[in-house]
Amino acid sequence: MDWQAIFLSLRLATLTTGLLLVAGTPLAYWLAFSPRRWKFAVEAVVALPLVLPPTVLGFYVLIAIGPHSPIGALYRGLFGGTLPFSFGGLLVGSLLYSLPFTVQPVTAAFAGVDRRLIEAARCLGASPWKTFIRVVAPLSRGGIGTGAILTFAHTVGEFGVVLMVGGNIAGSTRTVSISIYDQVEALDYAAAWHTSLLLAGFSFVVLVLAYSLGRRKGSLWPAI
Amino acid sequence: MAGDLICRCRKRLAQGFTVEGDFTIPLDRAPVTVLFGPSGAGKTTLLRLLAGLERPDAGEIVFRGRTWFDSSTGVCLAPGRRRAGFVFQDYALFPHLTVAQNVKFGAHGNTSDAVLRQFGLVEFADRLPRQLSGGEQQRLALARAVAAKPELLLLDEPLSALDLNSRVKLRHELRRMLLAAAVPSLVVTHDRTEAMALGDFMAVMVDGRLRQLGPVQEVFRRPADQETAIAVGIENVLPAEVESRSNGLLQLRAGQARLECVDRGESGAVLALIRAEDVTISRDLAPGSARNHLPGSVAGVAREGPVARVELECGLPLVALVTAQSVADLDLHLGQTVYAAVKATAIHLLPGPGTRE
Repeated sequence: MDWQAIFLSLRLATLTTGLLLVAGTPLAYWLAFSPRRWKFAVEAVVALPLVLPPTVLGFYVLIAIGPHSPIGALYRGLFGGTLPFSFGGLLVGSLLYSLPFTVQPVTAAFAGVDRRLIEAARCLGASPWKTFIRVVAPLSRGGIGTGAILTFAHTVGEFGVVLMVGGNIAGSTRTVSISIYDQVEALDYAAAWHTSLLLAGFSFVVLVLAYSLGRRKGSLWPAI
Repeated sequence: MAGDLICRCRKRLAQGFTVEGDFTIPLDRAPVTVLFGPSGAGKTTLLRLLAGLERPDAGEIVFRGRTWFDSSTGVCLAPGRRRAGFVFQDYALFPHLTVAQNVKFGAHGNTSDAVLRQFGLVEFADRLPRQLSGGEQQRLALARAVAAKPELLLLDEPLSALDLNSRVKLRHELRRMLLAAAVPSLVVTHDRTEAMALGDFMAVMVDGRLRQLGPVQEVFRRPADQETAIAVGIENVLPAEVESRSNGLLQLRAGQARLECVDRGESGAVLALIRAEDVTISRDLAPGSARNHLPGSVAGVAREGPVARVELECGLPLVALVTAQSVADLDLHLGQTVYAAVKATAIHLLPGPGTRE
């Protein structure tokens, strides 16, 4: 088993989940509560990675972070390296690729919070921030948890974008899914069996967790 | 005046329905004002406009000399800065917070313990709202609003989420709690009994417009127009014509019958309002103080618990509210000949349709 690849995938998934929770929550809040009519356009952009072939997304990311692009130049100025075929580039690709897996469940959870509870908080003098921290976020725990789990699992399982942006460099960009691809290419079916089984089992456990969390949310705080 | 709530605003809703409020409530003279009207009259919308949960299209709202909303200057205070406590119809208690945490949410200073005691919620302090009975939840909703030290309380159908038994029981308790909180309150209700039990003042709303505002008894006794009369439950609204006047009394022709009432200067076409409980029924022509004795026949009897609505045909359709016992004693049945008696002072006149004051 390629433990190096497995740990790399876990590191990538943890970072992606953490960063997306930080960046995706304000976006989800805006999508759930903004009265803007054109927000459906933003929703569509957020959902794009669900339908785009990973190769298309990967190709655009590769171009966007290339050394001659503004982002690539900025990165080089700040950190002195290049993004394509590095762990940093992989992270950028993963963030975009998994965006809908964070934003959609969290948006749905925010939108599902009873409007009158928010109005009650505002009438009691709570600021929007206090209302969010004390009312909206605690009542959206299930959705936030689901979003985090799905994001983590999806990042662990991604293949196309990783291959396009990161290539296949051991210890740097070779994730567990690429490791399986390698093993099959090398006709090492035994190793491919083991790694595939591990990923399949992991995905199953994660989905069970996500669905049970969603279920609990329904019964934890029943409407009064 | 300094102690008043002045509201002159309107808002057009999605279905083309417009809610309009143009009134001044003397808060110092009216601890509890009831906003009364049939369902769909716009009462809740008006309450939400006052709370700042909805923004009026135009107009102004001034509370005790402080502008809450003014479309001409663009002033629109956020709900929290109006210091108006809102009690929602289904309470909107925070389901994930305990009773004590709910009360503390908007509490000013260390008031929350005192408020818990005041509302008898100390023993429930650590429970979640869903572990309380309906009546206790209602008390918690009020306690949470009071703990934020509001200057005005807005209650949207506060008793409607309760079953009938607790509703009757809580009516007087609610008034007691509102008076004890010493905060002027505006209570929305569509229930006449509730309006009478709770309010000092009453504002009647019909079809999105505020029709009348005054002391509760006054509004029930002397509604200002036909819609208000119907809304406050005056069963007999009869088109009539003033025929003559003598000795401080007016003689009216209504349908095929004649009525006599107190002369307050009306003339021409009028509407005669008579409450059903002010109509008495007898088998024979009984002389008494009542000025109006109308021969007629029983056209219908509908029992409603201990009372009965009796429809009479006396040359004009007349509804009387009598006890079920009287129905039995008089042996009232369909087609029976009876006399209806109405005191001259029980008839209230409005300008008739087509005439304006």
